[in-house]
Amino acid sequence: MNTLIFRTVAPFLTALMILFSVFVLLRGHNEPGGGFIGGLIAASAFAIYGIAYGVAAVRRAIIVHPMSIAGAGLLLAVVSGLVSVFAGVPFMTGLWIYPSLFGVEVPLATVMSFDVGVYLVVVGAITSIALALEEREED
Amino acid sequence: MAAVTSTPVDLSAAFVMAPTVLGDWLVILPPALMITAGALLMMVRHRMHLHVRIAIPALLLLVLVDAALLFKVATQGPVTMMMGRWLPPFGIAFTVDLFGALMNLVAGTVAFAAGIAALKDINDSGRRYGFFPFLMLLMAGVSGAFLTGDIFNLYVWFEVLLISSFGLLILGSEREQIDGAMKYAVLNLIGTTLFLISVGYLYAIFGTLNMADIALKAREIEGAPLMTLSALFILAFSMKAAAFPVNFWLPASYHTPRITVSALFGGLLTKVGIYALMRVMVMLFPLQREELSLVIGLLAALTLIIAALGMLAQDDMRRMAGYAVIVGIGNMLAGIAVGTVAGISGALLYALHSILAMTALYLVIGRAAALTGTFSLTAAGGIYRVAPGFAFASLALFLAVAGLPPFSGLWPKIMLVKASLDIGAWWLAGTILLSGFLTTVALGRIFLLAYWRPQTKAEGRGEAGETLAQDRQTLWPLYGLIAIITLFGLLPEGPLGLSQLAAEGLLQPVSYIQSVFPAGGAQ
Repeated sequence: MNTLIFRTVAPFLTALMILFSVFVLLRGHNEPGGGFIGGLIAASAFAIYGIAYGVAAVRRAIIVHPMSIAGAGLLLAVVSGLVSVFAGVPFMTGLWIYPSLFGVEVPLATVMSFDVGVYLVVVGAITSIALALEEREED
Repeated sequence: MAAVTSTPVDLSAAFVMAPTVLGDWLVILPPALMITAGALLMMVRHRMHLHVRIAIPALLLLVLVDAALLFKVATQGPVTMMMGRWLPPFGIAFTVDLFGALMNLVAGTVAFAAGIAALKDINDSGRRYGFFPFLMLLMAGVSGAFLTGDIFNLYVWFEVLLISSFGLLILGSEREQIDGAMKYAVLNLIGTTLFLISVGYLYAIFGTLNMADIALKAREIEGAPLMTLSALFILAFSMKAAAFPVNFWLPASYHTPRITVSALFGGLLTKVGIYALMRVMVMLFPLQREELSLVIGLLAALTLIIAALGMLAQDDMRRMAGYAVIVGIGNMLAGIAVGTVAGISGALLYALHSILAMTALYLVIGRAAALTGTFSLTAAGGIYRVAPGFAFASLALFLAVAGLPPFSGLWPKIMLVKASLDIGAWWLAGTILLSGFLTTVALGRIFLLAYWRPQTKAEGRGEAGETLAQDRQTLWPLYGLIAIITLFGLLPEGPLGLSQLAAEGLLQPVSYIQSVFPAGGAQ
């Protein structure tokens, strides 16, 4: 896949897809979308970048190992469940805070941080698989 | 919560309103702790010096939490926590009774022992492949399966432990391991899929997945195809537990991974299948179990005899241990087939004994192979002369596995034989005794050939063996397990009493149901 067109478009496409994946993740709270599908979109973005520029370029671009991203996501998801110990409610109960940012009320919830955790797990795991498969092909 | 909505909402219609006391968190803590530790280990996967420092304290903490949970359940009865506060039967329940808590504690203990044994047995390449993260996630799956009160959630924990076990099985990616893992994976995926199909069927019949709710409804429902459903569940869980005739994946795969991994698998995985079988057939569908008891009994008898014969026919010690695991499964199935309080508590006690003894058996065999340089009985020899202390410990363990006094295998076997004779199933009692005899012969063969017989060849091995024999530090998880087995054999009152209570709780799940529905029933 070494055509000039693809190599020119790939960075823009990757950036757009990652942006869109975050949009899908945040939208998922009340509408179709969510962490799982968002994570899949982000993982395909990395895969496209990898097809255009090679696996090493992707590994450089995301800095940490994809498995570490998945681990961080899993940790975030469990911690989102565990914070309810301080509120005296059972594991995984949704808790809300309403901080005010520049006069706008922003509702934040453990439901959302859990979903971000799911997003990271999916991004990490699928990217890790995709990169491993592409790497084998080059040998 | 009412900050955005202006209309008052009656939360009690959907939520558990009683505040959660801190002690209830023990119910969810074992899997949550293991997932947290696993996630941390995944994040530091390439910094291997950190693995041991995170994993071993986490496993120790798991044992302490499991012990605290057992104490709480033994003193206060079953404990329930509803995930996300949603009311049962709609929310996912974690309900722990004595049965689950006992299995959970023994499984945690074995995992801790295996974690210590792995310090020497699993080298850097095994750690780079992720032994410790997989171990944590495996234990998350195992403890989640023992503690959940929701049958679909049970399926999810099965998946978690299955996927981690794939990872552990191919640690190192050797040709033989991939071959074993293939058979293991295909057969287990079929079993898990059958389980999922049965859960779907169950949901179509009852419209609920909460076990307490199912237990209530199964006793009242009429005209539902519960026999078909029960037969499906028995087939699915028999596959998981490696009961005859769907057991051939176990001897084909358990001898391929590192010995610590074999020890974990032999101790834990099949017992999760037995746990699920007892939970579903004894607690949820007691009438159908009664109807199918002859089938289960025949399966038990065939499993017992064929596995014992398989054990006699093997030359590789690891394969013999694989058949020893299956013999244990036959004993537990016999208890389930009998179905009285004595039978069920015998099966439970045997499961607890088997978790400890099978892990120890694999560790002993690994050690014996390290001393003689081979797993083959025709080539091994001379252990008694090199390491007499270890030989005595091994003999104690072999007696325990064979069910001879004064070790832990004796009491559950006596209970099972007596329970079968009490209901007039003399053939079942006879099979248990015959299979115990054959197991004794097979284990006696190991002791005779690998321990007593003088070293046959390979002079160099003897010196390597002697230096290994000095290295006592690696042996203490093994000696620890054998000490527990011996104590369990000498002072059986505690475990006997607990297993009796657990079996009564399983046969009459009144307090289990009450812990989920405090008002006394969903309707």
